[in-house]
Amino acid sequence: MSRSPSNSRSTRSALRLAITAAVSASVLALVAACSSGGGSGGGADADYTPPAKDLSAKITYAYWDATQTKAIKENIAGFNEEYPNIKVNLDVTPWETYWTKIQTQASSNTLPDLFWLNGPNFQLYASNGKVAPITSQVKGGYIDPKNYPESLVKLYNLDGMQYGVPKDFDTIGLWYNKDLFAKAGVAEPTADWTWADLSTAANTISSKLKGDGVYGVAGGMDGQTTYYNTIFQAGGSVVDGTKSGYGDAATQKGLEFWTDLIKSGASPTMQQLTDTPGDQWFTSGKVAMYYGGSWFRAALSDAPVKDAVQVAPLPKGEKQATVIHGVANVVAANSKNAQAARALQNYLASEKAQKQQGDAGSIIPAFTGTQQAFADSLPGVDLKVFLDAVDYSVPLPVSKNSAAWNALETKLLPDAFSGDKSVKSVGDDLAKQMDADLAKEK
Amino acid sequence: MTTVVGARPRRADRGSGRVAPGSGRGVRAGGEAAARRRDGAWPWLFVGPLMLGIAVFYLWPIIQTLYYSFTEWGVFGGTTWIGGANYTRMITDPDLLSSLGNTVLYTAIVLLGVPIAVGLASLLNLPGLRFAAVYRVLYFLPYVAMPTAVAMVWRMIFNGDHGILNWVLGLVGIDGPYWISTPGWAITAVAIVGLWSSLGFSMIVLAAGLKAIPDELYEAAQLDGASRWRQFRSITVPLLAPSIVFVSIVTVIGSFQLFDLLYAIMGASNPALPKSMSLVYWFYQAGFVDNEKGYAAAIAMLIFVLIGVVTLIQVRLQRKWVSND
Repeated sequence: MSRSPSNSRSTRSALRLAITAAVSASVLALVAACSSGGGSGGGADADYTPPAKDLSAKITYAYWDATQTKAIKENIAGFNEEYPNIKVNLDVTPWETYWTKIQTQASSNTLPDLFWLNGPNFQLYASNGKVAPITSQVKGGYIDPKNYPESLVKLYNLDGMQYGVPKDFDTIGLWYNKDLFAKAGVAEPTADWTWADLSTAANTISSKLKGDGVYGVAGGMDGQTTYYNTIFQAGGSVVDGTKSGYGDAATQKGLEFWTDLIKSGASPTMQQLTDTPGDQWFTSGKVAMYYGGSWFRAALSDAPVKDAVQVAPLPKGEKQATVIHGVANVVAANSKNAQAARALQNYLASEKAQKQQGDAGSIIPAFTGTQQAFADSLPGVDLKVFLDAVDYSVPLPVSKNSAAWNALETKLLPDAFSGDKSVKSVGDDLAKQMDADLAKEK
Repeated sequence: MTTVVGARPRRADRGSGRVAPGSGRGVRAGGEAAARRRDGAWPWLFVGPLMLGIAVFYLWPIIQTLYYSFTEWGVFGGTTWIGGANYTRMITDPDLLSSLGNTVLYTAIVLLGVPIAVGLASLLNLPGLRFAAVYRVLYFLPYVAMPTAVAMVWRMIFNGDHGILNWVLGLVGIDGPYWISTPGWAITAVAIVGLWSSLGFSMIVLAAGLKAIPDELYEAAQLDGASRWRQFRSITVPLLAPSIVFVSIVTVIGSFQLFDLLYAIMGASNPALPKSMSLVYWFYQAGFVDNEKGYAAAIAMLIFVLIGVVTLIQVRLQRKWVSND
């Protein structure tokens, strides 16, 4: 392309060529993304009966978290003791591309036989008939939904039909830095803390340790770990059937909890938290309290503050609440080896497989009574808080196209967090736009 | 195709052999049309494979996208014809103006890189400059570096509290903004990175253009007593014009496609992102976040037409600017 431009004719043609190439390439890039899809799929309607022990089949199990591969391989080994001739092919795709891939596979009816699905995406796949219900497995007693956290089981239920049970779960807790509390002379959080207690402590720490650039708490930029929790604690809702909850006074109170903390300087500003996310403020000892999930434990093992870390239940508002979420194994509706895939689905939900998952240490298994390994995994830190939280947990709010209104939250709520607009006007506006998106889902 | 009988005898005059290479120039006097007729289907055979590729991978997708832009496209496929509804919706969508504005602002800032590249290229072209090759490599490096890696480094530089940029600004008494988390500043910050990473490519193209300017012109100018600056203005810039236009067009096309740099520097959950969307990011948002692929196809058509129109205008203007044809 960079041939000698002194010859203007060759420049001209090179120019033209380059322009044509560049323009077409731009369109190609955009269009390639829109490759065509297929029709809808049926199948896998047959009732489940355990396959013959010598059934020979090849199935694929797709998931996104490579750190769980070791535990999953142990699970598969256990499964193969029962069904030695079912070969399970593991297909790991990183989170960033997992959903694009699964969606493309769903469009062309080539979904993996068994795969991970999360709450925000579940209804989309279930309502389009892409995943098979587990009704006959429950009826036959191969899976008992009572063994798993009730609120989380509900997440994988659509119109009265159960499509899977959680394989693991996470809840939210109040992580705090004991050293910073001692330094500011503030009493550490307890299980009885209320919003007012948190606010007082956070403001005190911020003002006393201002010289060190330390803040009391990291404000609410993310729904699952922060403002969804306080919305539920205030008695509000995010999505209620086909209506947005953001217009409710109670919901807006849950948001105000955070805007107040940011306004008073108890928390870094929204911009500071964008440049450096809350978890990094906490692990580098610059905020004393952090609303974080049970998964945050993994980030602490080599953090500078690890010896000062403790965790408490989230402070109460009108009531006690925490968001619960977890992944489920689901069988593709058009799986050619549905019986084999269901046998594996059952096995992975069993107490034995769940205990293996827990002992491997990266997640909290969902089967009640298999979680001791998690509780013991950070000596001196009261991780049991996350298990006890199940009793008052609320499932992560989802709908058929959660991604659409999640994008609205990211778009509109910052105006409230920055203090540019009142929580009421932002909340009302968000409710209106979200209702329009929810109406489209029908 | 070759049904014009009258053309045949002339070929016979040349003997029975195929037209030799180079004879094309001689034929030109007789008119290209005649030459084309004589070659028959052969040229088509040669360009066939290429045309097939273009048709399958470029033309057909464009036609398909045009079709899909008139439909509503379900998440898992299945389309319904809805006429121009996507387009009427697009015109009233507030995201249209904001993403167009952001894209134009970004393009304008990145275009500032062209004069900078002209200056740098002529400095590198100075006779007797030592280590010129080293400088050239240094300037070209950002162009070949992975955008995500580039983005990660710049994220740190732009950090409002601990970034080196604000620290340097602080030294001269300026209180720097939170670059990547303030709407308005964010697109500027991304454009600075875009400018920086496009410099290398522009410079290499311009340096090649400079090499082609005969030394005699400068020698003559020197004898006439022209200063270095005068030589730059009166010789370098006019003779470099074709290269400058080329670089500008490529830069504009590239800038209109801004996506990965924006996405990687700002991050998907950045609260300033919805107000800093580029056109292509808007397309991505519609197609892959909101799952409205029909609407996204309409946005893609808009981007296609916009780039086409802007490029056409530039090529027309080029005819005016570049005199030595």
